Amino acid sequence: MDIIVCVKHVPDTTEAEVVIREDQRGIKTEDLPYVINEWDEYAIEEAILMKERLGGTVVAVTVGPEEAEATLRRCLAKGADWAMRIWDEGLEEADGFAIAKVLHAAIKDMKYDLILTGTQAGDDGYAVVGVALAELLGIPHAALVKKIELKDGSAVVHRELEGGLEEVVEVRLPAVFTIQTGINEPRYVSIMGIKRARKKELRVVSLSDLGLTVDEVLQSSWLTIKRMYVPPPKKQAVIIQGSPADVAAQIVEILKSKGLM
Amino acid sequence: MRDIFVLAEHRKGEIRDITFEMLSKGWELAEQAGGTLTAVLLGHNVDEHASKLAEYAKKVLVVDNPLLENFNAELYQQALAHIIKEHKPTLLMMGHTGFGMDLAPALAVQLGLPLATDCIDLCLDGGRLLVTRQMYGGKVNVEAAVRVAETYLVTVRSASFEAKEGVSAGGEIVHVDVPIQEVDYKRFVQYVEPPKGEVDITAADIIVSVGRGIREEKNLPLIEELAKALGGVVACSRPIVDKGWLPKDRQVGSSGKTVRPKLYIAIGISGAFQHVLGMKDSEMIIAINKDPKAPIFSVADYGVVDDLFKVVPELTKKIQEAKGG
Ligand SMILES: Cc1cc2nc3c(=O)[nH]c(=O)nc-3n(C[C@H](O)[C@H](O)[C@H](O)COP(=O)(O)OP(=O)(O)OC[C@H]3O[C@@H](n4cnc5c(N)ncnc54)[C@H](O)[C@@H]3O)c2cc1C
Ligand SMILES: Nc1ncnc2c1ncn2[C@@H]1O[C@H](COP(=O)(O)O)[C@@H](O)[C@H]1O
Repeated sequence: MDIIVCVKHVPDTTEAEVVIREDQRGIKTEDLPYVINEWDEYAIEEAILMKERLGGTVVAVTVGPEEAEATLRRCLAKGADWAMRIWDEGLEEADGFAIAKVLHAAIKDMKYDLILTGTQAGDDGYAVVGVALAELLGIPHAALVKKIELKDGSAVVHRELEGGLEEVVEVRLPAVFTIQTGINEPRYVSIMGIKRARKKELRVVSLSDLGLTVDEVLQSSWLTIKRMYVPPPKKQAVIIQGSPADVAAQIVEILKSKGLM
Repeated sequence: MRDIFVLAEHRKGEIRDITFEMLSKGWELAEQAGGTLTAVLLGHNVDEHASKLAEYAKKVLVVDNPLLENFNAELYQQALAHIIKEHKPTLLMMGHTGFGMDLAPALAVQLGLPLATDCIDLCLDGGRLLVTRQMYGGKVNVEAAVRVAETYLVTVRSASFEAKEGVSAGGEIVHVDVPIQEVDYKRFVQYVEPPKGEVDITAADIIVSVGRGIREEKNLPLIEELAKALGGVVACSRPIVDKGWLPKDRQVGSSGKTVRPKLYIAIGISGAFQHVLGMKDSEMIIAINKDPKAPIFSVADYGVVDDLFKVVPELTKKIQEAKGG
């Protein structure tokens, strides 16, 4: 099995304060920690598990600036064979479709049986790149995959629908699957892995190497961001203040008054 | 101004709520723009659905074909591509759901049309489409302009629009025949129902729900003790199930359970919309989170901005005292 995994380096904003830039078209990223996109962590794990079982290669590909190499190195340390980073100034503006076009140009002449992406990126949340890439490559896909069983020339996959319902489909390979969290237990990065990763190839490619220009990539974008703002709360919780003991006592009073205790 | 199309989402004999939410919004957009609203229904033996949709739209386009009995993105894509080329609607809306996410990007690429996903609002301004969507786990709203096109494709987030009662639109039901080719590269096998667990969290009056803020599995007893003191059950956000710390039947949210208890305490949960979908109709919501900007505070009635490891033990103790004395 030769597997390509698309991974994205994203800011982790779960606990950080998000500050919108002056031009209102992005957020300030300088002080944010960056991580591998949560969904991609499961995708790379799934690829490595398959390789460990069946042999073959795993390639990690990202479209991102130099900092994104941290995410590629993480994939190499976990067991990917080599990695590719594609970048050009101007791609900051790329939307999901533009990214899919860049990935398509990079991947179309590579050898693969399977391409894995995350279901969505935690930052933009488009849930577009994987399925759009499949259509550009002219191969089948399944989104929101929670289980993959490989057969000869095809895969039986479980797609997650609402309410925990799963839809089982059989898909001919090569195909693109967008991976949902929980499909496996992503491994930790080992010291040995990090050492081995140093010797692995990390290829850096520009758009012109792929026969593309920034303009033609961006021209086809679906979306142009006009303005970002902090969502006005639909409702604002009453904040209970004080020391933990005070807070606890106030909650007890609230629960009592509502007959919940 | 041409038509607004809404793709009806149905599964196992039922039209899903998102369909009515989109029809309400679609009606409003059509009125504003002086166009008409059409529901698109793909399926097999779906006459009942068609009559129902006719209460909400001026027209119901039905493609009845045994191949469309179960959702199959490839076959739906073929049918929709045909319908779009034929009717050239201004806008086609579908749900940002397990179906829409599998279908919409491929359809857009095939037809060379722009797609805006996971929209929470949209507005047609002249020939332009402006959408509102969220980024960074709901911490930021984004207004985006969609590339100008003859037809816009949009996927809509669940619960973004209120599903209004049907307007007795008396919609005309039109059966259309579109050529659909069975494909040999993707085949529906079956649905698998989620396993029934031991505890039915949807029946509980009090739910104490835990998220990734708990950090480690070994900290879970903290939450269990609070639930026990209150006489409630423990539930959780998705990452806790993904890690295998609690079984799937404890998961609240779009891909888990929908609960409406008298009291829902969300501890170390950020409030991603997929989680909120499953608990927003609880009678009272208390959130404990150390991040004052966590989106959960805009659905909660009461909030505590502090470290859960300090607050939860105190709360358990105070409740035990109050109940004991
Ligand atoms: C198709 C799809 C379906 C999904 N379905 C579901 C679903 O059904 N249910 C669901 O829950 N999610 C679902 N998700 C995932 C969802 O998008 C979020 O990733 C998830 O809800 C986040 O869980 P969380 O709030 O526990 O974790 P996080 O978002 O990581 O939040 C953790 C929170 O804990 C707080 N915290 C950390 N430490 C402390 C401390 N010491 N004291 C107090 N607070 C602390 C942080 O400030 C943060 O707000 C789905 C996603 C997709 C794409
Ligand atoms: N810049 C990128 N480089 C490589 N892969 C990406 C990039 N952006 C998105 N992807 C892949 O596409 C998936 C879905 O992202 P999105 O469509 O942006 O929500 C991610 O989980 C990644 O696997």
